[in-house]
Amino acid sequence: MKTYVLRRFLQMIPLLFGISALTFMLLQLAPGDFLNQMGENPAISPATIEAMRRNFGLDQPWYVQYALYLRNILLHFDFGESFSRHQPVFTVIRDGLSNTLILAGAAAIVTWGLAIPLGIWAAVRQYSWIDKTLSLIAFVWLSIPEILSGLLLLMLAARTGWFPVGGMRSIDYDQFTALGKLRDLAWHLALPALVVGLVPLASRMRQMRGNLLDVLRLDYVTTARSKGLDEGVVIYKHALRNALNPMITLFGYTLGALVSGSFVAEIIFSWPGLGRLTLDAILTQDQYLVMGSVLMASVVLILGNLVADLLLAIADPRISYD
Amino acid sequence: MTSAPPDRHDPLAPLVLDPAESRADTATPPESPTTIFWRHLKKSPLAIIGGSVLLLFYLLAIVAPFVAPYTEEEMDRRRYFHPPHSLHLVDRQGSFHLRPFVRETRLANPQQFRYEDIETAERPLRFFVRGASYTMLGLVSSNLHLFGVDNGSRVYLLGTDSFGRDEFSRLLYGGQVSLTVGLVGILISFSLGLLLGGISGYVGGATDSVIMRSTELLLSIPSLYLIIALRAVFPIDLPSQQVYLGIVAILAFIGWAGLARVIRGLVLSIRRNEYVTAAEALGVSRFRIITRHILPNTWSFVIVAATISVPGYILGEVVLSFLGVGVQEPAASWGNMLNQARSLRALTSFPWLLYVPGVAIFLTVMAFNFLGDGLRDALDPRRVTGGTS
Repeated sequence: MKTYVLRRFLQMIPLLFGISALTFMLLQLAPGDFLNQMGENPAISPATIEAMRRNFGLDQPWYVQYALYLRNILLHFDFGESFSRHQPVFTVIRDGLSNTLILAGAAAIVTWGLAIPLGIWAAVRQYSWIDKTLSLIAFVWLSIPEILSGLLLLMLAARTGWFPVGGMRSIDYDQFTALGKLRDLAWHLALPALVVGLVPLASRMRQMRGNLLDVLRLDYVTTARSKGLDEGVVIYKHALRNALNPMITLFGYTLGALVSGSFVAEIIFSWPGLGRLTLDAILTQDQYLVMGSVLMASVVLILGNLVADLLLAIADPRISYD
Repeated sequence: MTSAPPDRHDPLAPLVLDPAESRADTATPPESPTTIFWRHLKKSPLAIIGGSVLLLFYLLAIVAPFVAPYTEEEMDRRRYFHPPHSLHLVDRQGSFHLRPFVRETRLANPQQFRYEDIETAERPLRFFVRGASYTMLGLVSSNLHLFGVDNGSRVYLLGTDSFGRDEFSRLLYGGQVSLTVGLVGILISFSLGLLLGGISGYVGGATDSVIMRSTELLLSIPSLYLIIALRAVFPIDLPSQQVYLGIVAILAFIGWAGLARVIRGLVLSIRRNEYVTAAEALGVSRFRIITRHILPNTWSFVIVAATISVPGYILGEVVLSFLGVGVQEPAASWGNMLNQARSLRALTSFPWLLYVPGVAIFLTVMAFNFLGDGLRDALDPRRVTGGTS
């Protein structure tokens, strides 16, 4: 197990090199010389530009620039400077990423908190009208893209005033007590989390239903029933544990997907996360911020997949990676 | 209907299909694969509905200039944010007309763009009227439109946007962009995915490693981040035709990776077949073996995968245009029509700006899902012999 984890981490290194190289190349291809653009911007002091030019070799050929970029990350953990925000890229991304993770975490609660009970419900009452209704809703829901559900919920918020129409905190956030702050955050989080969390809900619910149905057909479940166990005990104690195993793997994969999936919701609900940051950075040609965001989003995705594999090994003793 | 529904509409989502490819001989009298396919497809009413809806939508997109009463760019400076006209059949006196009519409106409140019907001004809907001239498919030049109202008046079946442009006309013209992005994108990315996956699986060795590492790289970057980063390569304000090609190129560049990995797996099992060995012994070239002997066996998988992947490409264009980096105004696309609904004011006061493109996108995605699901059932070789569950 330890060697497996170690191997997976070592595999991440060339992947991250590849991702950074690809992103760097893309930004080199992007039109416009942003060094000149920076020079025209009165808000950036010549000293900053000079420091950046020196540290990142902005007047050098691209391969020198890329080497310098990597050197600065590896030696000084310096991801460069965000031109539009006058802050180190690392600071900007740290804030954005933590906001995105809050959103993705809340969305995960929505997805799994609904998918598992609904999946169980549909499986236990297979072919009943509940099962059929849930299947139909799931099938229709799969066709509603995030961009539409997001705008519909935003419309609800704008028309009723029950929820804020965007942002992450109220204006008077600082005056709240700790509990009030938490409640304010949850209030702002509700709609975006719902939008992001409902996207994978339909397929997760169907998968949970299928898993449980598969397990319920196994011999040991028949045995449990035939020795006179209560149906509730059979389902929740015997069958459910095995049916949940595949879901645990999916959980890790979904976590990675949720970070990617929160992109659209962040834009619609003005959530100050990594996706919004990246879009702003692209529109303002904030090169190092783009690089950093794409790298960071990829790290989250890769780690999510790693966690998925590890969770499965922990949950299912039949699987070992050694 | 019983298999798991496709995952998110994401060009990068792994294709959740069973790659098993086995054509067991059956005892039933021989039937051509096409007959079996049609027989099974006809059993799935949802697939038929989905297919018909798509046929209608693509047809409407082709004949958009004729069906649309106005052009996509024509602005009506007297009717910004005009709500959809309702078609009436019964007039003020209570008498019934077979020919529907709309009522002329006047701007009652210029601040809030509130319009009031003028009860006396009834404008009957005319069919095959003369209007703006157009060239359809680069072949037919005409100024004939399917319907319209008499000169001086206007009919807006789905309302107008912030520039006073007809939403119905823009929906049809926008469909030309949004609907074809999916097909063209799939065509390119699936050709790439098939070829590279085929080479990877058949040739193996270093070639295989290079191709597979590239797919891992592409699949490790969250798709929207990659799409946006790729978009930065092109200038923001390109002419719309070039933006269109750019979007297709971006989506295809990302989309081939997931498919190539599945195809590689399929090819690895197909290449062990004796007919491949036979072809090799006959000295058939590698390229020909891959394209003529191996890849055709993946066909049923590829058709289903392509059908359920199209919505991902359509949504790719919608998201890019919605974010303002896709198809640029004044050209219409479903994405930049949706962008008009982004403001809180539009959402509260002019909801048709959201509903019109929203319903079109929803129906298209659902139709593709229905069709893909039916195709999967009809093409799944194991379900041909086994009973339905």
